Amino acid sequence: MKHPGNLRYTATHEWVRTESDGTLTVGITHHAQEALGDMVFIELPEIGRRLAADENCAVVESVKAASDVYAPAAGEVVAVNEALAKTPGELNKDPYAAWLFRLKPAAGFDAGKLLDAAAYEKSSS
Amino acid sequence: MRHTPLHAAHCELGARLVDFAGWQMPLHYGSQLEEHHAVRRDAGMFDTSHMLAIDVEGGGARDFLRRALANDVGRLEQPGKALYSCLLNEAGGVLDDLIVYFLREDLYRVIVNAGTADKDLRWLEGLRATGAALRARRDLAMIAVQGPNARDKTWQALPQLKAASASLGTFFGAQAGEAFVARTGYTGEDGFELLVPAAQAIATWKRLASAGVRPCGLGARDTLRLEAGMNLYGQDMDESVTPLESGLGWTVALEGARDFSGKAALLARRAVRELTGLVLAGGAGVLRSHQKVRTALGDGEITSGGFSPTLGRSIALARLPAGCAPGSPVQVDVRGKALEALVVKPPFVRRGRSLVPEN
Repeated sequence: MKHPGNLRYTATHEWVRTESDGTLTVGITHHAQEALGDMVFIELPEIGRRLAADENCAVVESVKAASDVYAPAAGEVVAVNEALAKTPGELNKDPYAAWLFRLKPAAGFDAGKLLDAAAYEKSSS
Repeated sequence: MRHTPLHAAHCELGARLVDFAGWQMPLHYGSQLEEHHAVRRDAGMFDTSHMLAIDVEGGGARDFLRRALANDVGRLEQPGKALYSCLLNEAGGVLDDLIVYFLREDLYRVIVNAGTADKDLRWLEGLRATGAALRARRDLAMIAVQGPNARDKTWQALPQLKAASASLGTFFGAQAGEAFVARTGYTGEDGFELLVPAAQAIATWKRLASAGVRPCGLGARDTLRLEAGMNLYGQDMDESVTPLESGLGWTVALEGARDFSGKAALLARRAVRELTGLVLAGGAGVLRSHQKVRTALGDGEITSGGFSPTLGRSIALARLPAGCAPGSPVQVDVRGKALEALVVKPPFVRRGRSLVPEN
C-alpha cells in the first residue's frame, strides 16, 4: 500500500495519523521517499517547540538532496523519533513506520482539512 | 532525449531514469547506497555509452594531440598506455577532461564526456592539422565494470576477453577481438572499461549480470568518484577555471618547448584558488555543492558534496583560496548553520579503504 487510506496527507508530502490521545504522528510519504532516494541524514525538531501550521520544522536528506518537512498543523512537538535519526534508511524501507515527530495540535485543529489518500495521490501525480 | 544501446536493459531492470546531458540514463535501479557498496566490496557495472570515443588516426596524430592536450602524449611509449588530460581553450580554461589511449603510432583513442562531446569535436576539428583524422565512434557502447572482483567476474562472464586482458597493467587498454578492454575507471577501484560494438551491448551487459556484476546508476557513480577524489566536469571545473585551480596540476606538462592550447595563459596566470577535499567534523548535515566555505585565508565554495557511504560521513570537493593546508579547520554554511569541517587531501577512499583521519 503506497498511501494507506487510514492516514491523512499534505500537499508537501507529509502523512498524518491522529492518535487516540488526540496527538498527530507525522512522517513523509512513500512518494516522497521514492522521489528523494536513499536517506542519509535526518534533523528533527526539539521537543516542546511550538510550530505554526506549514512551518518548516525538520529536514530529511537523501543521497540526492535535502528536503524540508513542514508542520501539518499548528501545535507543540511532544515526541521525536530519535532512533530514526540514527538509521535514516528505515525511512525508505517503511515510510509509515518511520515517523518523524508527534504534535499536540492547537485548539481548532480539523483533520478534515488535510488530504485523504485519493486526493493526495491526485495532487502528487 | 537520446538513448544508449543499453536503454532497453535499463527499462527491463526498472531503473529510475533521469536526463543527463541530453541522454536518458539510469540514476539507480532501486538503491543507490547498495549499488555503491557493491562496487566497493564486490563488482558493479555502469552504462557509460553516453560518453564518446574519438579515434585520432594518421601519421600526424601524435603531433596533433601534443598540440591539443595539456598533458603530453609524447610520454606514452608502450602501446595501450592511457593518459588523463584536460583539453584547454587558449585562456587555459578547461573545455573537458578525457582519457587518451596510445594504440599505435598512427592511432590514438580519446574518450570524452557526454555533455561536451559535440563541443570537443568542433574544437579538435578546429585545431586539426594535416595527417590526422578524427572519427567519432558512436558505433561503440561502453560498460565500466568496477570493484575488487570486477576483473574476475568479467573473465567469468566474457572468457574471450581474458587472453588480451589478463596481464593488462593499471591504466592500459588492449583490443580483444571486436572489444576494447581498458584497466581504467572512475570509482577508485580496480576494474575494466569495456568498449563493444553497440549491437553486442545488451548481450554483454546480461552476461556480466549473470556473473553477479550488479547494475549501478549515475547516483552511485557520483558518490564513488567523489570518494575517489575525481572531478566531475561541469561541476568541479569548467571553462572558467584552469586545471591548476582544479587539483589537476599533475596532469599539465608545462616543462619543455612543447606548445599546447592554453599553455601561455597558464604560465602567465598564478593560481590563487585550488581544489581540495573537505570532511564534515560532526554528523549534523550534508555538504552540498554551492555551499559557502569560510577559511582563515578567505571564502571558497563547495563544488561537489555529499554523503560518503563508505565513510558514513559527509565529504566534499571545494575550491578554496590557495594555501589552505590539510588539517586546516574551515566553516561551511549548511542550510543556515555554520558547521565545522576539515581540509583533507583527496582521495577520501581508495581500493575500499578510508584515507581520511578518524573523527
